[in-house]
Amino acid sequence: MSRPVAPIPAARASVALLVTTRKGAFIFRSDAARRRWRLAGPHFLGHDVHHAVLDPRDRKTLLAAARTGHLGPTVFRSADFGRTWREAKRPAAFPKAKEGEKGREVNHVFWLAPGHASHPGVWYAGTSPQGLFRSEDGGATWDSVAGFNDHPMRDKWTGGEQDGTPDGPKLHSILVDPRDPAHLYIGMSSGGVFESRDAGASWQPLNAGCRADFFPDPFPEYGHDPHCVRLHPLAPDRLYQQNHCGIYRMDRAEGRWVRIGEKMPKSVGDIGFPLALHPRDPDTLWVFPMDGTTVWPRTSPGGRPAVYATRDGGRTWLRLDRGLPRAQAWWTVKRQALTVDAHDPVGIYFGTTGGELWASTDEGKRFACIARHLPQIQSVEAAELGR
Amino acid sequence: MNVRVPSNLADYTKDARVVEAKGGTLGEALEDLDRRYPGIRFRIVSEQDRIRRHIKIFVNQDQARDLGAPLSPNDEILIVAALSGG
Repeated sequence: MSRPVAPIPAARASVALLVTTRKGAFIFRSDAARRRWRLAGPHFLGHDVHHAVLDPRDRKTLLAAARTGHLGPTVFRSADFGRTWREAKRPAAFPKAKEGEKGREVNHVFWLAPGHASHPGVWYAGTSPQGLFRSEDGGATWDSVAGFNDHPMRDKWTGGEQDGTPDGPKLHSILVDPRDPAHLYIGMSSGGVFESRDAGASWQPLNAGCRADFFPDPFPEYGHDPHCVRLHPLAPDRLYQQNHCGIYRMDRAEGRWVRIGEKMPKSVGDIGFPLALHPRDPDTLWVFPMDGTTVWPRTSPGGRPAVYATRDGGRTWLRLDRGLPRAQAWWTVKRQALTVDAHDPVGIYFGTTGGELWASTDEGKRFACIARHLPQIQSVEAAELGR
Repeated sequence: MNVRVPSNLADYTKDARVVEAKGGTLGEALEDLDRRYPGIRFRIVSEQDRIRRHIKIFVNQDQARDLGAPLSPNDEILIVAALSGG
């Protein structure tokens, strides 16, 4: 049953940035003006931490998805904003295979998403290889979402485990419709975008109009490579995705993805990993392009990093690079590492594969580096600490 | 029997590097280890009961390839995290 979406007032107080890296997690806290940042960490030094998220329903519970290169994956939970952590009693794991079958193993938890505002304690996790898991106790125990993980089409949808990103195919971008807790979207690299209207019991591909030019048929029903999918919190029928094959927008009633990245400069292109939405304006978003030509270097195009913004739903794009390196900067920004806060003007934050954390407090007019020398950054999430 | 654990797992054993476990097979011993140190088993054995790729487990001098390896009370288990990484 759909509920109306409440307006989101602009935040005014301090911001926390939850930064996860290949070697641990860090928490940066700002002052109210977002000028000064205080660093706490590392948490889980030496762990490959893919994501850390603050529960927006209580603003103190943190979940972090971690593993080391040698040990199996797990989820840690903190009820006191990172002062102490407890490991999940039952981490996300695929069901035991029948005798004679190989069975799937979770390599790492890649994505964490709080459930609906009306369901405190519910969380979702997306894994590599592609799996969807749900917790109803704040991340202490995790259960397989059988409607997806055991779906007879799952292997066809995902293309098997040899497909996907170099460090493993992923289920990511778990989106919960703020009007309806049973209405979910997921993104898979590879696999595409899928939708459920019954809390994950059944799923349908949602890829019409989106290219997958690595297949003989460039517009298949599934098998696409969305890098990051976002749903606007105030206009939940407006979806955007940064895909392996461009930037797209969907108005759900139309049910087709429209490529909006073709208006990007040809010398830059519309390939990238992340995409972040303005918290109050469904027509404004930011992307971070990367070089997707020839052998796919996945670096800033030409070694000149820039954020690109559109304020009209993708009809026009504006380059935002003031304060960023002018040349010979060959890093990029991963799919979870570009985020925004809820202030007015909106703060934009991103972490780089070179271990730098950048911030803009004026919607991208100017960027400043607020941390260097971190390990490779995998995710950045902004959390409001009070209004 | 004694179980020697690598530094990677010392958080679970409160820094003890040699701990006790009981069982007639490696699988039973690791189940018992997990009862004593909750969570430790899943870090070294997957949900399909396979020893994880970068973990080696020795019973005395011999590497155990699966959880069915038989154990005697005087055996010693050595858990090793691979030296690979970066």
